[in-house]
Amino acid sequence: MLTLLLFLIPLIGGLLILNLKSQKSAGMFSVLVSVLQILLFAYILINFDNPDFQSNLNFDHKWLADFDIRFHLGFDGLSLLMVGLTVFISAIVLYFTSTMNYGKLSMFSALILFTESALLGLFLAKDIFVFYFFFELALIPVYFMANIWGGKNASANTFKMFIYTVFGSLFMLIGFVFLYMRGQSADINTLKETVALLPDGLKTFLFWGFLLAFAIKMPIFPVHTWQPAVYTESPTPVSMLLSGLLSKMGVYGLIRILIPFGYTGVKEFGIIVIVLGIIGLIYGSIIAINQKEIKKIIAYSSFAHMGLMAAGVLTMSTAGIQGAIFQMIAHGINVVGLFYISKIIYEKTQSRELSGMGGLAKNAPKLAVIFMIILLGSIALPLTNGFIGEFLLLKSVFDYLPFLGIVAGLSIIFGAVYMLRVYQKSMFEYPGFDELKDIENKHLWVLVTLALMILIMGIMPNTILEISQSFTENLIQLK
Amino acid sequence: MAVFALIPLIPLIGFLINGLGFKNIPKSAIPIVAVGAPLLSFVLVIYTFLNFDSSQPQVVQFFEWITVSDFKVDFSFQIDQLSLVMLLFITGVGTLIHIYSIGYMVHDEGYGKFMSYLNLFLFSMIILVIGGNYLLMFIGWEGVGLCSYLLIGFWNQNENYSNAARKAFIMNRIGDLGFLVGIFLIIQNFGTLEFTQVFSQAGKFQSGDTVILAITLSLFIGAMGKSAQIPLFTWLPDAMAGPTPVSALIHAATMVTSGIYMVVRSNVLYSLSPFTLEFIGWIGLATALLGATIGLFQNDIKKVLAYSTVSQLGYMFIAIGVMAYSSGLFHVITHAFFKALLFLGAGSVIHAMGGEQDIRKMGGLWSKIKITAITFLIGTIAISGFPPFAGFFSKDEILAHVFEHNKIMWALAVLGSLMTSFYMFRLFFVTFKGQFRGTSEQEHHLHESPGSMTLPLIVLAVLSAIGGFIGMPEVFHFPHLLNSYLAPIFEGSKALVPNFGEVAISHSTEWILMVVSVGVAIVGLFSAYFIFGKNGSVPESDMEISGIKKVVYHKYYIDELYNSVFVKPIEKISTFLGSVFDSKIIDGIVNSIGNIVVLISEKIRVIQVGTTRIYVLFMTLGIILILSLGLIPQILDSMKVVFK
Repeated sequence: MLTLLLFLIPLIGGLLILNLKSQKSAGMFSVLVSVLQILLFAYILINFDNPDFQSNLNFDHKWLADFDIRFHLGFDGLSLLMVGLTVFISAIVLYFTSTMNYGKLSMFSALILFTESALLGLFLAKDIFVFYFFFELALIPVYFMANIWGGKNASANTFKMFIYTVFGSLFMLIGFVFLYMRGQSADINTLKETVALLPDGLKTFLFWGFLLAFAIKMPIFPVHTWQPAVYTESPTPVSMLLSGLLSKMGVYGLIRILIPFGYTGVKEFGIIVIVLGIIGLIYGSIIAINQKEIKKIIAYSSFAHMGLMAAGVLTMSTAGIQGAIFQMIAHGINVVGLFYISKIIYEKTQSRELSGMGGLAKNAPKLAVIFMIILLGSIALPLTNGFIGEFLLLKSVFDYLPFLGIVAGLSIIFGAVYMLRVYQKSMFEYPGFDELKDIENKHLWVLVTLALMILIMGIMPNTILEISQSFTENLIQLK
Repeated sequence: MAVFALIPLIPLIGFLINGLGFKNIPKSAIPIVAVGAPLLSFVLVIYTFLNFDSSQPQVVQFFEWITVSDFKVDFSFQIDQLSLVMLLFITGVGTLIHIYSIGYMVHDEGYGKFMSYLNLFLFSMIILVIGGNYLLMFIGWEGVGLCSYLLIGFWNQNENYSNAARKAFIMNRIGDLGFLVGIFLIIQNFGTLEFTQVFSQAGKFQSGDTVILAITLSLFIGAMGKSAQIPLFTWLPDAMAGPTPVSALIHAATMVTSGIYMVVRSNVLYSLSPFTLEFIGWIGLATALLGATIGLFQNDIKKVLAYSTVSQLGYMFIAIGVMAYSSGLFHVITHAFFKALLFLGAGSVIHAMGGEQDIRKMGGLWSKIKITAITFLIGTIAISGFPPFAGFFSKDEILAHVFEHNKIMWALAVLGSLMTSFYMFRLFFVTFKGQFRGTSEQEHHLHESPGSMTLPLIVLAVLSAIGGFIGMPEVFHFPHLLNSYLAPIFEGSKALVPNFGEVAISHSTEWILMVVSVGVAIVGLFSAYFIFGKNGSVPESDMEISGIKKVVYHKYYIDELYNSVFVKPIEKISTFLGSVFDSKIIDGIVNSIGNIVVLISEKIRVIQVGTTRIYVLFMTLGIILILSLGLIPQILDSMKVVFK
């Protein structure tokens, strides 16, 4: 029942918040929902290992009874981590949105909550059609947010994203229908047994179909071109949701669906995906070096990180999959932090371009310190969360094929090049803003929380790695 | 046990106190915290040093850091002779430089921040040498890189300084990739990163094994970055943009020697790979000569010292190349004394000159700033290799090993010594002798530095004078204290390599070699004296420099070369990929596919409702609606169950 509750709170909260007229009460209410969700998640996390508690974590109910499709939500280590990330990031995005003057806050908050709900549904789904349903659904509120609050080009860009991802998931849907017809079941665990019985042609189709859906969603090279424009032109809360959470749907899909249902394909064609992932990693990093807008640099950097995660998963090794799971969380936190900082800098300088900034560290030392810590996380300095993820991912790729590992390793150099450039051009050099105030407390405490998480995850990564350890080991057994 | 943990922890706490509250902490409290932390660490190191009498390393495991199935990295510290020797001079010299910084930086508005960064640096450096496995070493390795970045760019409103900081970080990162590859290879072949376990397994490999070759070369790439060897050395001279205490602590005495530490730590692996050693030896020699030649013509007091550091680091790697690990380490220690002294002395000169760094605008400072001048002279004598000063013993020891290994290498290394003596005395004469050439305002301002700055100079001068006695040559019939103390570290190499560590040259040869090294030092001294000292002549202005000298003066145009071969092309590629390839070609293909679909659909559409976007939107909404309608009654049902 707790699982269902976790999923319903943001949904119902979103419906209620739509009716709130005042900006202030909408903000308060969204914080309330966030707190409730975090408490509920904490409760689940604490009791997770308790065997008596397991029954609370499963929700299984008939849905389309005639077809034996069930509305089945449940937990395992991977789901737990993804749910934690979703709850945490959604809370930050909600809070962030309520502190910035975007207008129509009640509607904005409601749409964020709907997104959260859909993401939770996806990360908890135990049935392929539930998975598909939420995979598609999560995009709808984001589409509306980007359109209503986005910049002048946002509408066209988001529409392109929409078409693109719907196109990709169509193949996933077809794959699911095949699986369902062969296996006479829509249950993910049950279906795993039937995969081995499928004809080779179908297995290959499943692999490519699923891959396409997830590759577009993440995105990875070369189906990524919707991403930079959308991340840059969308209002910042949408950029945060897309980069911090929605992109993880793709990685999650690779782990949850592609590996178990397409593993013969992974063995046969995995190298292609790994190479594409690494091309994207280097390609995105190089493009980021000379970009002018902060948000665009974050966008390309995010795209680059996604490529490495894809490569790690496709190595089908514990280091690769554990690394990708860890990196999903680390990257979620870091990228949201970076977008947060970019918005604060924009508020202070009214500039999106690096050329309009400079010397902010002089009058805003707190901002400079927080930005530095988040930056260190994203360039993978040891004792930050980014290092753990990248270390494991690079190790997995290196073990897979040393040459590819070295090429992928170049990203730690390029990452430093573009991120330090952003830092230098915004925080250092000529101070052009004498009247500038340091970061306000209402933002400071959130960013300090993020910075602390970056460090704690880097110092004690095992607290997270442990949670998904047995899941990953079971997944690898497939080989 | 707990003592080990405190050694790095105290500077970290110092960093947090001054770093988090640097605007709120009273100015008088800043130095107490900032100097107290390294001093306390130093005391703890001495305590540990005195109580340590084990031939086996002591490993303390705090917790499991990263665990993925059967791969496991511990958060562990290792105390043994090597880490203790490193710790002693890192915290010792570190404390002196912290004291010096109080006087040097007190008027800077970022005083507290500066001191806290120094503490953070010390923390990272301690982790680097105390870590019990390669990944812990890597924490310190990248940590010192970060501190170096922050401190080079300390006056970050200057664009050039910020660029220098970024360059240092990025060049180090190139090396770090090599280090990381080495780590991956060690995991693959040894299944662990713990030093004790890796080294005890090393015996299963034959000398010259390709696995060991790959590991040692990869690790050495890391060392090249951090210890500024060819081709990754160009960041170090630029790093002089940082405040002078930073140059002394990080870019001379400690951080830049971590490459040598790493190789010495892994000496078992390197001893198994003669090719790598040979490679290291020649890279070291090339770097030693390159640094020395550039140093001959530099006119910025800190730049001369910077190239001298590059060159001396080269000597340390030459030592490693001929398997004289402990001689390399000996030079690390003596170099820490005299180079820290020289940099701090240079800082004192710059302080007195009101920020001037060009030696052509100095001169005649001998009588004006007596303590600085005398201590600087001691440093100059020590680095030039005059007995019985520290540099003589360590350099002589290296040269003796090189002589035995390869005569040509030896001759070139001696040539480097000659240049060292020349450029150092040139620096000394031009700065301190002759007529004062600054402005009258500067002349009026000239003053000796405060006690907090001269005290460290004096202590370091004493160490530069007598520090060499820890490693006396055999001919003097004194025990070589350092060698016998470090012996347990090289047990592994000794077991694998016959005749390890023995110098098979006769006493008479040894005497001749010594006379030769002293001889070239004297030649260097006198040529500098006759050119610059005797009649107080000054190096020519930048305009007058021409020919081959100009090439050397401009550092062989290596920066320009890197710029046009790497930096510019990558920027061009970045722009091309970003604004042409990605947006025009890849996205262009995507868009044209979209347009074709639209065109086709326009031709065949029967019901004219509107645009494609509406179709797709409604299609998706439709799918979702169908699924939802099936869902809602079920949710209502389940709610009944929940609330019954």
